[in-house]
Amino acid sequence: MKKSDVPQDESNLASTNLRELCYAVDENGDYTTEHTTGWDPKTIALSNAIEEIKERVATAKAKVRANETSPIEYYMELHKMDLPVLASYVGAWKWCVKRHFKPSVFKKLSSKMLQKYADTFDITIEELQHIDT
Amino acid sequence: MEIDFTHHQSAHCENGVVSNLMKHNGFTVSEPMVFGIGSGLLYCYIPFLMVNHAPAITYRAMPGAIFNRFAKRVGVKFKREKFKNAKAAKARLDANLERDNPVGLQVGVYNLTYFPDEYRFHFNAHNLVVYGKQDDIYLISDPVMETVTTLTAKELEKVRFAKGAFAPKGHMYYPIAFPKELKLEKAIVKAIKHTCRDMLAPVPYVGVKGVKTVAGLIRKWPEKKGTKTANHYLGQIVRMQEEIGTGGGGFRYIYAAFLQEASKQLGNEKLLELSSEMTQIGDLWRDFAVDASRIYRNRSTKVVIDVYDDVATQLEMIANKEEAFFKKLKKAV
Repeated sequence: MKKSDVPQDESNLASTNLRELCYAVDENGDYTTEHTTGWDPKTIALSNAIEEIKERVATAKAKVRANETSPIEYYMELHKMDLPVLASYVGAWKWCVKRHFKPSVFKKLSSKMLQKYADTFDITIEELQHIDT
Repeated sequence: MEIDFTHHQSAHCENGVVSNLMKHNGFTVSEPMVFGIGSGLLYCYIPFLMVNHAPAITYRAMPGAIFNRFAKRVGVKFKREKFKNAKAAKARLDANLERDNPVGLQVGVYNLTYFPDEYRFHFNAHNLVVYGKQDDIYLISDPVMETVTTLTAKELEKVRFAKGAFAPKGHMYYPIAFPKELKLEKAIVKAIKHTCRDMLAPVPYVGVKGVKTVAGLIRKWPEKKGTKTANHYLGQIVRMQEEIGTGGGGFRYIYAAFLQEASKQLGNEKLLELSSEMTQIGDLWRDFAVDASRIYRNRSTKVVIDVYDDVATQLEMIANKEEAFFKKLKKAV
């Protein structure tokens, strides 16, 4: 890539004034670095990924309202986590966390366990139990 | 206290931290040099690891590998520590800052407050340098940022003890012993041979063969997983190739920069030629990203299957070019 061809497309980086560094060749064929504000192909990929997460959060929320899953799954999606990551944060087995997704099991969780989830998501137990508050 | 530390922005965090720490200690080593000597270039498809609900594909060596190989090959000794306990980790960090020693830290990205929200994913192999402390605020030099930044003690503890794959466990490191004179020639030759061996490995998931395997998968995804998932996967491939840190073209441009520098160091004209060939291969990866993005641009599920075949063919062409390239590179050193 030539230095003059380093893309300067609009992207999510603009919100924090962050510019990335790109390696490119100058007129003499020597390698140098150039800042880039963004590049469409990856901006699209990123915003698609964000959309995907939003959809997952919305689906989880609907499932909690329909009493098909516990708020833990909703908060997990909200924090861009998946089962292995969440299990690692609360220090439990994956199958245990999955079990806690069951509304009936969630109701009976000890306050100690609830506190662990609350700490992980940086919320109170009250907020953990009622997703709309 | 604040240590007199010069922040240089780099494309990739691991190279950047090593390069910045070396510069701080009076050894000028560029980012591409660290990347090259650390044999950072790789292609690997990891079928059993899912990242953001898509299969993981990496364009670089395992986190920490670039660092380890670089240190070993140029003869710099690093002290590295991991902690079980956050208090002990903080105490050790403070003690080092107290004696004017900037340290590198491995951290999780998700709680890095100075990153744009969209970039905060659960990725735990990010690196930064702490170069000072004012009351409860730590002074941070994050190599992918343009300027220095800060984190509170609480925020720093959170990122140092992030959980999940590659959990940092407070990982802290700093150089303790240097060679009298930096001799790069031998290290460069060794590193180039290593990269050639990796890229030409006779394993279906690694190097050139890995690219071909992924090309084959791209052909199958739309039918097997549906176009929606296929598009999501394709988007993830492009993100891993181009997202913060690769310097463009899945590290190919940084590697080309390394070859150019290496050619001067070794007085080897052939490497200069190969550097420009690597640049062209990097351009092909960029073209692939552009074409792939045309597929996932509109998230509609109605996509003609042929287009997947097209990008897959493009990948196979890149794989063939890289195969020829690394065979030549192997002979050139």
